[in-house]
Amino acid sequence: MERARPKLAVWKFASCDGCQLSLLDCEDELLEIAGKIEIAQFLEATRASVEGPYDLSLVEGSVTTAHDAERIREVRRQSRFLVTIGACATSGGIQALRNFADVREYAAIVYARPDYIQTLATSTAIADHVKVDFELRGCPISTRQLVEVISAFLAGRKPQTPSHSVCVECKIAGNLCVMVGHGTPCLGPVTHAGCGAICPSYNRGCYGCYGPMETPNTPALSVPLGSLGMDNDALKRVYRTFNANADAFRKESERHDQ
Amino acid sequence: MADQIDGAMATLTVEGLEKLLQAIQARGYRAVGPTLENQAIVYDDVESINDLPRGWTDEQDGGRYRLLRRGDDALFGYSVGPQSWKKYLHAPKLRLWTAERHGDDISVAPEPPTGDRLAFIGVRACEMRAIEIQDRVLLGDLYADPHYQALRARALIVAVNCGQAGGVCFCASMQAGPRVTEGFDLALTELLDGGEHVFLVEAGSDEGRALLALTPHRAASDDEIRAAAAVIERTASSMGREMRSDDLNELLTNNLEHPRWDEVATRCLTCANCTLVCPTCFCTSVEDVSDLAGERAERWRRWDSCFTMDFSYIHGGSVRASAKSRYRQWMTHKLATWIDQFGSSGCVGCGRCITWCPVGIDITEEVRAIRGCDASAEEPR
Repeated sequence: MERARPKLAVWKFASCDGCQLSLLDCEDELLEIAGKIEIAQFLEATRASVEGPYDLSLVEGSVTTAHDAERIREVRRQSRFLVTIGACATSGGIQALRNFADVREYAAIVYARPDYIQTLATSTAIADHVKVDFELRGCPISTRQLVEVISAFLAGRKPQTPSHSVCVECKIAGNLCVMVGHGTPCLGPVTHAGCGAICPSYNRGCYGCYGPMETPNTPALSVPLGSLGMDNDALKRVYRTFNANADAFRKESERHDQ
Repeated sequence: MADQIDGAMATLTVEGLEKLLQAIQARGYRAVGPTLENQAIVYDDVESINDLPRGWTDEQDGGRYRLLRRGDDALFGYSVGPQSWKKYLHAPKLRLWTAERHGDDISVAPEPPTGDRLAFIGVRACEMRAIEIQDRVLLGDLYADPHYQALRARALIVAVNCGQAGGVCFCASMQAGPRVTEGFDLALTELLDGGEHVFLVEAGSDEGRALLALTPHRAASDDEIRAAAAVIERTASSMGREMRSDDLNELLTNNLEHPRWDEVATRCLTCANCTLVCPTCFCTSVEDVSDLAGERAERWRRWDSCFTMDFSYIHGGSVRASAKSRYRQWMTHKLATWIDQFGSSGCVGCGRCITWCPVGIDITEEVRAIRGCDASAEEPR
């Protein structure tokens, strides 16, 4: 007897859509996913829409408007299992740079009629608004990890997405440490694993796309980063990217904000 | 030192070393050794001695590693690099078994151990000791790791006595070097100062003697034997670091609440680099993965570290949640409780944990700080 397929919904909040596209990028696995799961709501892929409730909701994007703050509550009500995907949904994204500034000034520069713009003063993670069952990190998320999360959901097991540093991924891959070996500043020691250490594999320092690791000691890392030539302004900026509003990154950038 | 080197020593020229490598390969070994890659000396396949980092050396300090040109053509003129031989013997990632569903049945196929015959070229004394320590851990109890066992039993060890000490080396303090004393098939000492570039060779096993017999060599002269002893003596007396090691078990276990643990925790990144570069750290995690269809599952083992939260996770949370407790766990295990558990220190004085720590935490300095104000010694007993 064929069991009913679980219903999947994909939701977009303030974001670039890149993480949703990771689902389409699954390519080889996509048809298999579609065979195992009923894709009930996924506007990036299809206009067809099946009503809730949903067994699994993937939520992309951050909350930046009062409307979205309300909408995410409805998504939560409709979802048995809610997974946030990507830096916007898990920390507020690059648009959380507004949290360090006056968003009205930004709007005045960008829009001809800023008075048409109704927006919140901050960009915040989904988990700041509703209970989240699992957070998948990354800017963008890794398709490999997304397939792992969906596979784990279907099997009723815990996904293998370790929250230790990127350094562990580098060492398992056999990468040379670019900071010690080349003197290249790297956020790997304070950054959540998951990307497979892409940048250090190409001799670049880690940019922190996956946000803070489980126990990030950002003030301690700033000491060697400073010795390698990063001044106060550079230290402020290095943490103000896709995960600027993640706690450990925000605090360390503020420490260097004179 | 000189009296330890007996008369059964041979001398190889540089060409002779190439012939030895060819003999090793001809006997079916896959030779791996130091090579130059991405501005570091790392272990990889070596086809010929031309793959060795000829004329290079390194400069190492806490959180810093740089290669430099030497003024000669030394083939082993550097200290240990970022990797150790555990990369081969105790692989970073290993599939343990694969399970497949066939209708209502499930079949489980264990991963067979690899049949590789590895020849490790250029194993230093500290690394030889590290391999012996991992032997004790992975083979020495009721359960022997079959993957490690298969590789280890077939491995050929061509050791090298160190011709110079690196900036973070302290093997002499740990009685782990710089002279290789046991466990090797062949041990080389590179001689650069006598006008001719040669290698003094000592055979430590029948396999080593057989290989030497297949290689053009001559009997070593007394001068060469003396010169080799002097090289090792010079290395022993120029260690970049030192650490008193005769009382570490008592010192550390009596100071588990020393304020230094809080201090080092402010600097420690808990990134796990020290454990992953350590040639004796052996901890792994086991992860199960399943496919979307639920038809196939695999169990993988990968390197883990006592610095990760998952490492001590039990129902309800991690036992060692603070950086302080994790650093203390690592250092007290390595230097103290390892002795209770396995009968020796877990540290061989290679210095990798110092060099490859991004913030340069120095285990010898941490021990000195605890020794400097030994909290237990100050209290009346």
